[in-house]
Amino acid sequence: MIKRLVSIIILAVVITSLFMVLSETAPFGDDETVVSHRYIYKGVDETGSANLVTAVVLNYRGFDTLGEVTVLFVAATGVGAALYTRKHPVRKNKVEASLIVKTGSKLLFPMMLLFGAYIFVHGHLTPGGGFQGGAVIATAFVFKYISDTRYSIDHVGFTKMESASGMIFAGLGIMGLLLGGYFLLNILPNGTPGELISAGILPIIYIAIGIKVGAELTGIIDRMMGVEA
Amino acid sequence: MMFYFASAALIAIGIYMLMVKKNLIKMILGLSVIDSGVNLLLISIGYINGKTAPIIQPGVSPSNVVDPLPQALVLTNIVIGVSVTALALSVVIRVYKHYKTLNSSEVRDLKW
Repeated sequence: MIKRLVSIIILAVVITSLFMVLSETAPFGDDETVVSHRYIYKGVDETGSANLVTAVVLNYRGFDTLGEVTVLFVAATGVGAALYTRKHPVRKNKVEASLIVKTGSKLLFPMMLLFGAYIFVHGHLTPGGGFQGGAVIATAFVFKYISDTRYSIDHVGFTKMESASGMIFAGLGIMGLLLGGYFLLNILPNGTPGELISAGILPIIYIAIGIKVGAELTGIIDRMMGVEA
Repeated sequence: MMFYFASAALIAIGIYMLMVKKNLIKMILGLSVIDSGVNLLLISIGYINGKTAPIIQPGVSPSNVVDPLPQALVLTNIVIGVSVTALALSVVIRVYKHYKTLNSSEVRDLKW
């Protein structure tokens, strides 16, 4: 009881001070862009991507994104290591899904794959991108797991796809290094901003990231489903 | 202003969950709630009154969009949050297998 009270008091102090500092230094709705000026005014000309967030994520800070993908990869590997079992994991839940869930997931599965692919192919034009599209694809596989108690992904295929897309990302970076002298340099022409084939290597990178993230998140789900608690 | 308040509230709820709750899964939920609070805070710092999403298209000029940089940072942060949650949950599964409990004060070396 006393611990609860103390934590509430500490939190109240910390949060009010944070709130006051924020409303003093960065009032809500004010223009505080400093670095982003260049991104906003020159981003479309320099990268060819209509979506400025994609321009920042993949072009100006593409190296960060490579690190981010690496973090996700390491986390997926860590989940695999933490949940490692010597024998082949067997799904524990023996409760069959209802007919509605089965039919619904059968109907929705291809559409969800298509929607995920749409999100990451159009990452440089519309909101969304590789990470979001990959998450949608992983959700489609969650549906599969829920509706079928014996379903399991093809591990070898998923691993191969994941490694191939990771290698495409790193390979494009090294190509930029070889051809232009910078890692992840945009080696393809920018094209007309707003068209599907534009922005040079950005759509290729986002497609690779989408496949990679989808495969990794599905792998995490598979390992958590296969565990025997 | 409303958004600052909401994000501060989310962060407070998350830290409260971390401090008070005993169940390990609830503590991880608290981490996720803090995550959402921080994401909302970053996005609302980048918001500019009366401006629209940073996607340049016919009808949207560069002087008319919000700051894209916090949004890019939040995109990174969401992915990191997912990784942390997944890893923490799998460690909790391991802890449960080993100690047969999720109560953090019954797990040796996790007492405070």
